[in-house]
Amino acid sequence: MKPSSDSLKTSDSPPPGSVSRRNFLKALGSTAVASAATQVKGVAEDLRKFNAEKIHGPGPASITLEINGEVKHFEVEPRVTLLDVLRNQTSLTGTKEVCDRATCGACTVLFDGTPVYSCMKLAIEAQGHQITTVEGLAKPGQMTAVQKAFVDCDGLQCGFCTPGFVLSVTALLRHNPTPTEEEVRKAVSGNLCRCGSYPRVIAAALEASGVKQTPRAEILTDVRLA
Amino acid sequence: MSDWPKETKYLGHATPRVDGPAKVTGAAKYTSDVQPAGWLYGMILRSKWPAANITAINLEKAEAVPGIKAAILVREGQRQVRYYGEELAAVAGTSKQACLDALRAIEVTAAPLPFIVDEVESAKPDSPRVFENGPNLGEARVKEQGNVDAAFASAAYVVEGAFSTQVQLHNALETHGTTVSFTPDEVTVWASTQGIFSVRDGLAGNLGVPQNMVRVVCDFMGGGFGAKFGPGVEGMLAAKLSQAAGAPVKLMLTRFDEALAVGNRPSSHQKIKLAADADGKLLAYELDAFGTAGFASGGSSAGGGGGAGFPAPYIYKVPNTRVKQAGVAINAGSARAMRAPGHPQASFGMESIMDELAAKIGMDPVELRLRNDPFDIRRKEYEVGCEKFGWKEKYQKPGSSAGIVKTGIGCAGGSWGGGGRGTQAEVQINPDGTVEVRCGTQDLGTGSRTLIAVIAAEILGLDPSRITARVGDTRFPPSGGSGGSSTSASVSPAVFDACSNALLELQKASGVEDVRGANWNYACQKMGINPLVVPGKWREGLSSSGAGGVHFAEVDVDTETGFIKVKRMVCVHDCGLVVNKLTCESQINGGVIMGLGYALYEQRVMDRQTGVVLNPNFETYKLPNVADIPQIDIILLDMPERGVIGIGEPSVIPSAGSIANAVANAIGVRVTSLPMTPDKVLAALGKVPATSTAGNSVEAAFAAVERAPGIEMEYRDEVPA
Repeated sequence: MKPSSDSLKTSDSPPPGSVSRRNFLKALGSTAVASAATQVKGVAEDLRKFNAEKIHGPGPASITLEINGEVKHFEVEPRVTLLDVLRNQTSLTGTKEVCDRATCGACTVLFDGTPVYSCMKLAIEAQGHQITTVEGLAKPGQMTAVQKAFVDCDGLQCGFCTPGFVLSVTALLRHNPTPTEEEVRKAVSGNLCRCGSYPRVIAAALEASGVKQTPRAEILTDVRLA
Repeated sequence: MSDWPKETKYLGHATPRVDGPAKVTGAAKYTSDVQPAGWLYGMILRSKWPAANITAINLEKAEAVPGIKAAILVREGQRQVRYYGEELAAVAGTSKQACLDALRAIEVTAAPLPFIVDEVESAKPDSPRVFENGPNLGEARVKEQGNVDAAFASAAYVVEGAFSTQVQLHNALETHGTTVSFTPDEVTVWASTQGIFSVRDGLAGNLGVPQNMVRVVCDFMGGGFGAKFGPGVEGMLAAKLSQAAGAPVKLMLTRFDEALAVGNRPSSHQKIKLAADADGKLLAYELDAFGTAGFASGGSSAGGGGGAGFPAPYIYKVPNTRVKQAGVAINAGSARAMRAPGHPQASFGMESIMDELAAKIGMDPVELRLRNDPFDIRRKEYEVGCEKFGWKEKYQKPGSSAGIVKTGIGCAGGSWGGGGRGTQAEVQINPDGTVEVRCGTQDLGTGSRTLIAVIAAEILGLDPSRITARVGDTRFPPSGGSGGSSTSASVSPAVFDACSNALLELQKASGVEDVRGANWNYACQKMGINPLVVPGKWREGLSSSGAGGVHFAEVDVDTETGFIKVKRMVCVHDCGLVVNKLTCESQINGGVIMGLGYALYEQRVMDRQTGVVLNPNFETYKLPNVADIPQIDIILLDMPERGVIGIGEPSVIPSAGSIANAVANAIGVRVTSLPMTPDKVLAALGKVPATSTAGNSVEAAFAAVERAPGIEMEYRDEVPA
């Protein structure tokens, strides 16, 4: 789970199986040891429950995922990530693979409304949750206010990181419709862009929240050289 | 004067990217997204030895892994590898997991050889040789003009300094890769590339297939920054796997592959001596330099796009100059062109020593530059930037900032040739009044597709929504690779020409005198049922070359932690006619931020024990993140009379120099090595010992450069024509 939405809040009362390395470290580092202890307890309970169930794999297992409101069935080995299933067993390739180890945010999806890195989630453990990819935000041929703001403010260049940024900003605005610039920066701090689109991503998020943005560059015409 | 219209509706305005909606909704299909029926994964087995004789590779067990459809060798027979990551074999299979299992099952017999991954050590004559038939430090390039020794002897001011820059990785988010469908009728290639035609020609040549049987498509690609020209070994392997398996193969590199084998910005070690007269006019310049561009960087091959050479003296005209530059081979992946190859390292060294000179004279650094910069546009940029930045009010002598967290300011300049020619394009006007513009260029994220739509809309007098710009297909009229900031300057005139021709043709076909505006639909109906297809090509007078660019930086330096925070950058650039304000600003933001990463964070780290890249992913190779981004103020000099000039590369050049000068201005001592990490700041302040390879080893390497045989180069100034 990423720090971008209210991950601290969720770490106080983790749903089973939700502990990620990032959240775990974050809880240890910033909030309270108590919260970490809760998580450790959560993991232990989860493990017990998991071990009591049928052992899956190493061969393919039948799984059912709810993606963008549609229920889909897959045959996958338990070691296969949610990212891998999305990109390679569906046509939903808006979710991008870049680092495959929770450092860049290009594979961000909404997991019951919370942005998570799909490269850090096994497909088999994504069962029973609502998964939203960038394709699921608006109907085909349409855009959400956030998507439109990214286009209008040029919050993208090559666009490879863009679905991740769009989902992080979408999640932010759902629980904080009028964020400050600092809050936007925090919300997208789990997403990397190599083209350097950050200033325009911030502009896009603010525009989507209702604060009109204009290009920052000043154009000097009628240039006279000495 | 150029032929571009003066009164414009779209040209020079802010037009959102025409492919923006596809990118924000996930509809855009990148190379790594294509899924041709029955496609297989491809993966590469790489050498785990930085140097070795490979005596045998056994693929049998890999072929037996369930799901594996093909396994091939890169080369038959015995061979030598020269870096950790060199390609040995490749497999194709029905899942990523099957390929991973198969790679583990390949048996390689190798006799390891001595190796070296540190260019400072490698420059010594007794270090292990990367190529057995020659020293790692071969011939050096030498150029000289005037009487250097006499000029130094008589100069009022002389300063000296030694600077170094790191190996930087391109790290485009989409890795290198291709999907190839090899059939007897056609080889269809989806490539993440900066040059669809160079991929086509490279593959056709290597596979022995006629060029007209190879089609390369690149609808969307996730960044290149100079590392994605030609098919690469990975493209060749994808094609051969597809041929062997009888199915399409998608072979995208992993991030680990990406750090090992497909390019980087070479390092540099620069010893600079600079002299000026009593008025601050530059008199003499001397440079000894070496750097590594990887295993292939020895000797005279060091120059050029991907080599370790760089322009010197940078941007200033110095009457007495002596330059000696060498490349040093190491057992590491080869360099490739990276966004303004040579220039960021050149700007960092030169602009650092310029500030040292200014300090010695007791002159404002901007004033010293204005007295010596031969380029009138850049002088104007200093003037404009100083005003915007508040330079005069903010400037204090180096080291004057009080307190623990010290503030400083600095500036630096850059120069880029650019220019471009040769592109062809065609315009198709349909009876319903819609338009397609087709051009065999590619959009790396720079907005070339949008640039085409903006120009076509302006010339044809249509709303951009009625125009479809199609790029990234070798079936379209040809255009060159997108490198050297040449795409805009090459494509824009061809689109202008095609659209101008199309207006005349439509006039003829329809009999309508003025086809633009309200008459457009009527004219299109009148021309009959066949669409009109009209070609155009690049011509003189609509684009040019030679851009400047200056950056101003304001930084905070924490003298207890060594942490540098860039607070603000003011960036003044010129690119002739500004075609699209919005995408132009984005490209400059991107250059500045990549330059900031170069200045403060980014560096490939090699392990001397194993020869492997230690930081191949983003938890250890630090890219600038949103938290690192300062306020960036951009000013563009719009000069339509110069025509279109590219902006991708100029924007990255002066960042590191300006930040380095701001740091030196803040703390009163200079951090001479990039990236300026906290340990180097604290070492410069004398608070911790220096940990780098400084000292005797570097001196020994420079001594080797001095002894190296020189190849005399023709003298030319490194200033815009």
